[in-house]
Amino acid sequence: MIPAPFTYQRAGSVDEALSLAAQGGDDAKFLAGGHSLLPLMKLRLAVPEVLIDIGRLSELSYVREENGHIAVGALTTHHDVANSGLVGSELPLLAHAAGQVGDPQIRHRGTLGGSLVHSDPAGDLPAVILVLDATLVARGPSGSREIPAGEFFEGLFETALEPGELLTEIRIPKPAQAGWSFQKFTKRAIDWAIVGAAVQGDQVALVHMGSTPLRATAVEQALAGGAAPADAAAHAAEGTSPPEDINADREYREHLARVLVARGLAEARSRA
Amino acid sequence: MTVNGRTVDADVPDRTLLVHFLRDVAGLTATNVGCDTTSCGACTVLLDGQSVKSCTVLAAQADGHQVTTVEGLANGDGEMHPVQRAFHAEHGLQCGFCTPGMVMATVSLLAENPRPTEEQVRTGLEGNLCRCTGYHNIVRAVLAAAEGGDI
Repeated sequence: MIPAPFTYQRAGSVDEALSLAAQGGDDAKFLAGGHSLLPLMKLRLAVPEVLIDIGRLSELSYVREENGHIAVGALTTHHDVANSGLVGSELPLLAHAAGQVGDPQIRHRGTLGGSLVHSDPAGDLPAVILVLDATLVARGPSGSREIPAGEFFEGLFETALEPGELLTEIRIPKPAQAGWSFQKFTKRAIDWAIVGAAVQGDQVALVHMGSTPLRATAVEQALAGGAAPADAAAHAAEGTSPPEDINADREYREHLARVLVARGLAEARSRA
Repeated sequence: MTVNGRTVDADVPDRTLLVHFLRDVAGLTATNVGCDTTSCGACTVLLDGQSVKSCTVLAAQADGHQVTTVEGLANGDGEMHPVQRAFHAEHGLQCGFCTPGMVMATVSLLAENPRPTEEQVRTGLEGNLCRCTGYHNIVRAVLAAAEGGDI
């Protein structure tokens, strides 16, 4: 399988990438690691006429501490996030989850920013970013703006990014509560999660329980009201709208959410 | 790009995948196309020393970079790479189709973790499928290569 024909353009700077995107209009897409986009293009589920390769913009690959938060460049690979000493010490949930994406080859190419802008509700990292209350920084023709993670994911493969905007940085506050857990239920190691749960302290987000990653609001409210973790986890499927597919029907996904949240809360507490 | 230390210079259509560039332009056909969907790992090569699935990389993305295929592992005298020797000694293959990818994934794994545990080998090769299910000997081969210590 090969993608439909397109024109390949390589950006040498963020400004050039934005300018190429403005010229390309609706027919252009940014290419980072390509590990979400190229498979879709090979299946002809995505048929962009112009690909703007931003993969060489090394200025967007970094992890650093700034003003009490951790700033991760959008083009930082999963491998580099997983192996960053700073992420490992300050955001162990993110380091661990980045090390669970796909397989080693995929983690060598795939990027944090690419995973987020792809906005696949079965993706691991959107839920992690959501539970960590991150802020996403996007640059467009009229400058930079900040988007809270809770407002970024709008639907299946849809984000709050405007056409021509480029995600440049993910800012993640240091968690107030230390315990964390990442639960991912798959049939095979490299598969997408049938359901997943990301836990940081008393904050919980769900993978693949709707068209976007979701905060398990009912669980969080129960914990805030003093419920024991196992009791709070019983609320994990409330307010969700899980998809049905070859792997699981709605009822099974709801069951998995309750089980995984219970395990996640227990593990998080054991680490707190 | 530089493939196995040799400069390969060609004009190819923008949509050319790295695996097809290696096979059809560079003439290096050891790298196999398996699932073609980033799952099986048969097309694994090293890009700047790191394992990647070459069915999911554009040739243009590798332009100017260093690519290593399994043909590039043996030294100039034809002496096999320690990982190749270990796969041979431990019979880490059955039909052999997944082997080039397994070997390249192993080289990358051992570069990052020279003395992996058996569990780390199994998770480290999770991106490579052997449809003969010959995993036990493959894992033995990787552990033997690591124990040899001359990677």
